[in-house]
Amino acid sequence: MSEKQTGTGFLGWIDARFPLTKMFEEHLSKYYAPKNFNFWYFFGSLALLVLVIQIVTGIFLTMHYKPDGDLAFASVEYIMRDVDWGWLLRYLHSTGASAFFIVVYLHMFRALIYGSYQKPRELIWIFGMFIFLCLMAEGFMGYLLPWGQMSYWGAQVIISLFGAIPWVGDELTLWIRGDFVISDATLNRFFALHVVAVPLVLLMLVVMHIIALHEVGSNNPDGVEIKKNKDENGIPLDGIPFHPYYTVKDIVGVVVFLILFSVVVFFAPEMGGYFLEYANFVPANQFKTPEHIAPVWYFTPYYAILRAIPDKLMGVIAMFASIGILFFLPWIDRGKVKSVRYRSGAFKLLLVILVVSFIGLGYLGALPATEGRTMFARLFTIGYFGFFVGLWWISKNEATKPVPERVR
Amino acid sequence: MKKLLIIAIGLLLPSIGWSAGGGPTYPNDKIEIDWNDKAAMQRGARTFVNYCMSCHSAAYSRFNRVGADLGIPDELVRENLIFTTDVNGEKTKVGELMKTTMTPEYAEQAFGIVPPDLSLIARSRGVNWLYNYLRGFYVDDSREGIGVNNGVFANVGMPHVMADLQGLQVPKYKTLTDSHGDEQEVIVGFEVLKPGSMTISEYDKTVYELVAFLDYLAEPYKQTRKNVGTGVLIFLFAFLILAYVLKREYWKDVH
Repeated sequence: MSEKQTGTGFLGWIDARFPLTKMFEEHLSKYYAPKNFNFWYFFGSLALLVLVIQIVTGIFLTMHYKPDGDLAFASVEYIMRDVDWGWLLRYLHSTGASAFFIVVYLHMFRALIYGSYQKPRELIWIFGMFIFLCLMAEGFMGYLLPWGQMSYWGAQVIISLFGAIPWVGDELTLWIRGDFVISDATLNRFFALHVVAVPLVLLMLVVMHIIALHEVGSNNPDGVEIKKNKDENGIPLDGIPFHPYYTVKDIVGVVVFLILFSVVVFFAPEMGGYFLEYANFVPANQFKTPEHIAPVWYFTPYYAILRAIPDKLMGVIAMFASIGILFFLPWIDRGKVKSVRYRSGAFKLLLVILVVSFIGLGYLGALPATEGRTMFARLFTIGYFGFFVGLWWISKNEATKPVPERVR
Repeated sequence: MKKLLIIAIGLLLPSIGWSAGGGPTYPNDKIEIDWNDKAAMQRGARTFVNYCMSCHSAAYSRFNRVGADLGIPDELVRENLIFTTDVNGEKTKVGELMKTTMTPEYAEQAFGIVPPDLSLIARSRGVNWLYNYLRGFYVDDSREGIGVNNGVFANVGMPHVMADLQGLQVPKYKTLTDSHGDEQEVIVGFEVLKPGSMTISEYDKTVYELVAFLDYLAEPYKQTRKNVGTGVLIFLFAFLILAYVLKREYWKDVH
């Protein structure tokens, strides 16, 4: 217990009853982060920002939205036309969904290149993966709510995937939908899950993610543990207090992000049909299947993997495996060196293969399948899974460069 | 690394060329909507209520909102834009949603399909598609009842409601051979069969104005959001300078 916490005045009164100063110090003013964070380290705080944007705009949208098969589509248009600033709320939320995935994909890529998932940060990574799963559930269920054609048929395609599971498949899809087709019942449960259940879990996971991070401390672009070199007061020599140094730095990142975000929200909210699909401006019609059903862009890589495999059940398994395998990354990578800066050329090559495959799959997943495209999708699927196999293979006895004692 | 990327992109590029099929359509013109020309949108609104709203609704929009946005006083909206009646048989109120008087049951019987609501048609179809579609009707005697077909939307259930304006036209065909060696007859132009009350350029202008109105109708706040966005960006750029200076000041003592 430091002197400060037994202080006087209002803060002293609070501190005697609630560890306000203690928490502030532990997580901000005396949380020592490596001083060499680079561009890739903006995305954690940005993800938090987008989460707040989604929750706040979501609350206001809920005040006007009607989760009812007959009213949902019209209520969204009511928000777009008759609710004051409703168009802004809706575009912030729809753009926020895509921004969330962009930010989180970059955040995960950061972990990949600097080995932030490696010991002792395995749990941070796993909590993060659960956050990612929650986000996908949020994105998927939220996309049904506008009740447009693509909402309806996109959900139809995804839910029918569960039908490929042997024995219980049909029963399972019925249980998910609450009806034989996607209907008002599905819409209502998705609404409940989207606005209450998943956000609760998501928030809890975010707290766990941050607590775990602050327990072990942040990794950095050199992959050096800054806690190994401390001064006489026990403060890491290469660490600086998160607040004020990284709070003021992250504000710059936040403003740059908001500039890019605003360009989309105000000047291209549909983002050429990728953030808001054109077919979704037509109300859901269960008797009329659209010519081309494509999931929103952030699901297209997995959708491409699904379509690349000729057998439906195997495709579904491969699709889920493509996400599931990420959970095991801390153990697939048997290397001792964290940062790409000191890892082998083979590791760098694998990273390139992963990035090219992932982007390639995302691109193909948004297009109707043709013979040639399916061939490429198979190639990229092999590339995607090849990354993990290759990583396990090369990381055992990797020819790494010497890692410096201190950060540079 | 970069070489690999270039090779990968090179491998991907041919895939862009593979089209999704569907065949060519005619006409295939492009337009740019001028959102500052409110007079054109007003004329488009008049065409809309006269020619479209007998069958189509614009049920997410309100008459007086259209009036307010396009600068038409309520009195003039009542006189010139409202020709529908409400459930009591009285003239639709100015604050009401723009619903059609035609019932879905009647429409189903008459056209085999309920004409779609047009509030969002410019967002789902795009303005170019609408501009071409409304100019793409041609005489086709094989189509029972309506006698016309469309070069953009083949076998559409909609009759040529603006035939009195445009007149009637017949298509000029050309035979194309595609890469698989399959032959296909495509429309490459129209010939006037019976002139309407407008010249071709007058009709094109009328359709443009109607499409401009539909573009407004699909997203009434389009201009507003761009204006607000400009202000937001100016603020953010100014804030960015402050934020950067603040960061630099704090980070002076980090070595």
